[in-house]
Amino acid sequence: MASKTIKVDYLARVEGEGALDLEFTDGRVTSARLKIFEPPRFFEAFLRGRSYTELPDIVARICGICPIAYQMGSVHAAEQAFGVSVDGQLRALRRLIYCGEWISSHTLHVAMLHAPDFLGFPDAIQMARDHGDLVRNALTLKKAGNELMRVLGGREIHPVSVKAGGFHRVPTRAELAPMTETLKRARDIAVELVRWTAGLPFPNFEQDYEFVALRHRDEYPLNEGRLVSNRGINIEIADYDSEFEERHVEHSTALHSVVKQRGAYQVGPLARYALNSDRLPQHIQGLAAEAGLGPVCRNPFKSIIVRAVETAYACEEALRIIGEYEPPAAAAVAFTPREGTGFGCTEAPRGICWHRYEFEADGTIRRARIVPPTSQNQPCIESDLAAVAGGMVDRPDDEIRHRCEQAIRNYDPCISCSTHFLKLSIRRS
Amino acid sequence: MTEPAALREVLVACIGNPDCGDDGIGSLVAQELERQLPSHAPLIVRRGDMLALAEDFAGFNAVVCVDAAAPMDTPGRIHRIDLTSEELPRELSATSTHGFGLAEAIELVRALNRAPRTIVIYAVEGACFDVGAVMTQAVAASAEETARLVAGEAERLIASLDRTSGPASA
Repeated sequence: MASKTIKVDYLARVEGEGALDLEFTDGRVTSARLKIFEPPRFFEAFLRGRSYTELPDIVARICGICPIAYQMGSVHAAEQAFGVSVDGQLRALRRLIYCGEWISSHTLHVAMLHAPDFLGFPDAIQMARDHGDLVRNALTLKKAGNELMRVLGGREIHPVSVKAGGFHRVPTRAELAPMTETLKRARDIAVELVRWTAGLPFPNFEQDYEFVALRHRDEYPLNEGRLVSNRGINIEIADYDSEFEERHVEHSTALHSVVKQRGAYQVGPLARYALNSDRLPQHIQGLAAEAGLGPVCRNPFKSIIVRAVETAYACEEALRIIGEYEPPAAAAVAFTPREGTGFGCTEAPRGICWHRYEFEADGTIRRARIVPPTSQNQPCIESDLAAVAGGMVDRPDDEIRHRCEQAIRNYDPCISCSTHFLKLSIRRS
Repeated sequence: MTEPAALREVLVACIGNPDCGDDGIGSLVAQELERQLPSHAPLIVRRGDMLALAEDFAGFNAVVCVDAAAPMDTPGRIHRIDLTSEELPRELSATSTHGFGLAEAIELVRALNRAPRTIVIYAVEGACFDVGAVMTQAVAASAEETARLVAGEAERLIASLDRTSGPASA
């Protein structure tokens, strides 16, 4: 029996610490594992006993790339539990700060982390020598997203203005006004980025995914919606446990999420787009079509195009919100906490981020549970790895390794916020 | 009166996450510098997004950076590295909790032909970079001296640039 193992001990250009193990026996893939070995961080445990007022600032620390996603999920859950409704301009401002996070996070991944895979560079620095304009424009685009988060959130990393009921402080029109020119320039760059990504060389690879995303009655989803899938799921976010479950697996410190009846599912840009492309403005739909995307894209390598499309949309949406902005009378809705359970689910750049909290009568957190997007995508990533590697078993190990790393980066996995180096070991027998 | 252009050409960048133990030395030095730095030397603090440095550096003739260095044997020891004549030593490479650290940011601005002519780094050896950790006493104690050195460096660079370019308002 001929067998070999391909290992990538530390995955580069992903957020966090993970590794890849591929095993081949008699010319076929017998195991494909995305190993996450970063130690557990116990956020859910140390939220217990803390006040709801501390919630958004604590959960923001889960991630330096997508703190808004965690803040939004947590405050929505608290508001649901306490019977608070946040509407009008406060709701719009939440959407606006989320646009900033999408612009910043997507641009980082598209231009600095994922693009080098397609162009044959080991990293963005090497790529910048030959594609300076791309990187310079990406930096300008990312900066626009950061700036939006800073203006609304006080700072771009772990913003501090979000609270249950609204914000600690809302901007004046004059404070938002300079963002208009910045975002117009950012939108133009993002549109060009879509066209540029469309010209990249893509493997001919598709999978029949179960896509899961939020769907809102009239918006491309960010903060709200029902949980839907292309295989019939259509539930309130509170009913997440009726369709999905988390499982321990030996090779990962992150739980794997599956659809109870069917197994792996995908969240993130491809899923959002597949389930909501009709919610994009006509000209953004036109831009996607120009880039070769149909209403559904099943090639995960083309997620780079979808991220660029969503970046253009986020710029456009931010401009719309700023254009219509009237400062609300109060920065937050007044309320009194009460005993109860609340749910929050929003579309982080990498996909749905689901929260559930139980509160005491004074707003103290009794129990917390958070399901981040990357843990939901793990089984799907492993399924992709098996299929990608299975289609190239006769290719050199380096080629398989490169393609599989690229396949992992299709998901922009956010294992946590750390950096690492790449080591490859191969065992043949 | 128009301010001489050279006076706006030195940037001081303090780097590091104050929530991560000794990584917060950059922020602490920045607090000291607010009292010591020449008013015409802009001061920025970057807590995590090192990619932003590539934008920050554009248009400056000289940059002085303050960052934490990886643990060696003397927490709080201050290293001065002039990248005009030296490479950033790997063993000192400032730690980062993100995909891009200071070394990568500098490499990137060089690749983009945006690098300032002079980059001087003040790297303070750390000991503990855990999330939520208190800053090591020896590291915190070095903040005042680091700030004094950085302020002096900025003044020297401004004077040197003045001599090179002459008054821009002439």
